[in-house]
Amino acid sequence: MTSIARRYGVGLTGAILALSAFWVVVMVVAPQLLMIDYSFRPNLPLPQRGGPEDSYTLANYLTLAGNKIHLKIFFKTIWASALVTLLTLAVCYPIAFYLAQVVAKQRAALLVLLLVIPFWINEIMRTFAWWIILAYNGPLNKILLGLGLIEEPVRYLSGNAGVIIGMVYAYILFMVFPLYNAIESLDRHQLEAARDLGAGWPRIHWRVVVPHAKPGIATGCIMTFMLAAGSYAVPALLGSPGSRWFTEIIYNWFFEGGNWNQGAAYALILLLLCLGFIIAMMKLFRVGLEDISR
Amino acid sequence: MSSQGLLRLCTRFYLLAFFAYLFMPLAVMGTAAFNASRFPTITPWQGFTLNWFAALYQDGQMWQALWTAIAVGLGVVALSVPIGIAAAFLIMELRSRARTLVYGVMVSPLLTPGVIIGISTLIFWRPYGVTGGVLLMILAQSSFIAAYVMLLVMARMQRFDRTLEEAALDLGASHLQVFRRITLPYLMPAVLAAAVLAFLQSFENYNTTVFVRGFDTTLTVYIASKVRTGVSPAINALGIILIAVTVLAAGLYELRRRAEARRAARQAPAAEAGPALAQPAV
Repeated sequence: MTSIARRYGVGLTGAILALSAFWVVVMVVAPQLLMIDYSFRPNLPLPQRGGPEDSYTLANYLTLAGNKIHLKIFFKTIWASALVTLLTLAVCYPIAFYLAQVVAKQRAALLVLLLVIPFWINEIMRTFAWWIILAYNGPLNKILLGLGLIEEPVRYLSGNAGVIIGMVYAYILFMVFPLYNAIESLDRHQLEAARDLGAGWPRIHWRVVVPHAKPGIATGCIMTFMLAAGSYAVPALLGSPGSRWFTEIIYNWFFEGGNWNQGAAYALILLLLCLGFIIAMMKLFRVGLEDISR
Repeated sequence: MSSQGLLRLCTRFYLLAFFAYLFMPLAVMGTAAFNASRFPTITPWQGFTLNWFAALYQDGQMWQALWTAIAVGLGVVALSVPIGIAAAFLIMELRSRARTLVYGVMVSPLLTPGVIIGISTLIFWRPYGVTGGVLLMILAQSSFIAAYVMLLVMARMQRFDRTLEEAALDLGASHLQVFRRITLPYLMPAVLAAAVLAFLQSFENYNTTVFVRGFDTTLTVYIASKVRTGVSPAINALGIILIAVTVLAAGLYELRRRAEARRAARQAPAAEAGPALAQPAV
């Protein structure tokens, strides 16, 4: 601590510490702690707060266990987010490998720019674009009908399909870049050596590229799963009342049920789910926090 | 056909399919803005029109939402950029355990779902009488956007030659002068990039904003509410304008970055020829 004062002087050091403390304490840690506190208290009218009835309870958490519909939506959110993560990985792995190992550097830079452009555009706008494509009378149904692949138009937007399709598209970039960074650091000679020793392409990927790209795969999967499970925008636009997402239940507790304590408990359950996924991936792929936030 | 040729053909096809997948939604959305249909779609095509741009221009709510979004974005830049710079300075000075802990807390908002950031901010400020609105949107968005700023500033600081600071101090400059005349100018490219990123992140945010917006509406919230409650192709017209603005901005940014990279490449050999100064371990 004295070194920082020597480097920046007392005034600047004060400003640095004050700003950092305001951020960490007031904007990040304290709100989270208060949310945890909220989640363990009953929802009481204002005058009774702090009174004898305002004691810690697990009731808000037990609500989820006792509510079949909410529980179903909770598990749906988990498997659908996992599916989104897997699909995004499958879509992004080839392009990441191509950009990192196959194509020449300059051409890769151009393709990366092309890749990034759609993501400069508002997420809501991109999701809205899928709403048009997936509509009952929309272009996708028209094309598939025209090709004779389906006999009747499909209602993508009243099930989970629309939400999953929209999410895969929305999170491509968060998967491509970690994969690209990881695969790029692989020495091309290793691929050539594997090929010279007689390995086919599937084997080279499975035994050489994938093990090397582990940190990138873990990071991409963590980002995608977290974004998918925590998304409110995509299910709100591409879902229907019949295919609600867990975040929508949380939103309803706050702004329709008016029960913030209950909402906080559900939010915390979502946070624990994401945290559990992050820890599981970090253990599974043996990567650290610094690898992920890079 | 040889297996090499087949592989190349497959790669071609995959690339084409991938980039079509990437751009098709934008093309569809853009095209629908010119369709005379009352509803945003391209099937059936009912004739070319520019009416939706006029309708958009006359949409008072849209303008209101746009100004709110800009106000929030500027507020986020004003709050998150100083915080991010300060946090980067602090992290660079910390060692081992303390560094790992503080760094972990600071990047944790990036690994927290946006809805949770919104909820915790909403709950925290209620006892102080701060309810949803512009101020709360700025606070909630900045809590994770500051982390992006910190990472960008840190990346540039790692290559900073600290002896410059020490030399200036030895020559009698005050700490504030050193910061204003040496450190900050060096960090400027990263700070500017961070400011642009912070504004864009704020502008497009939905998941966090929707919980702390109160009765205020940003452009993103407005678009989402339109899609949910009855949408007109005027929203597509807005989409085209947003795309045009962002692509233009991205293009300018890229050109500037390349010019800067070229300049740096020209200067680098000269710098390397000078006496090698030991970089302090970070």
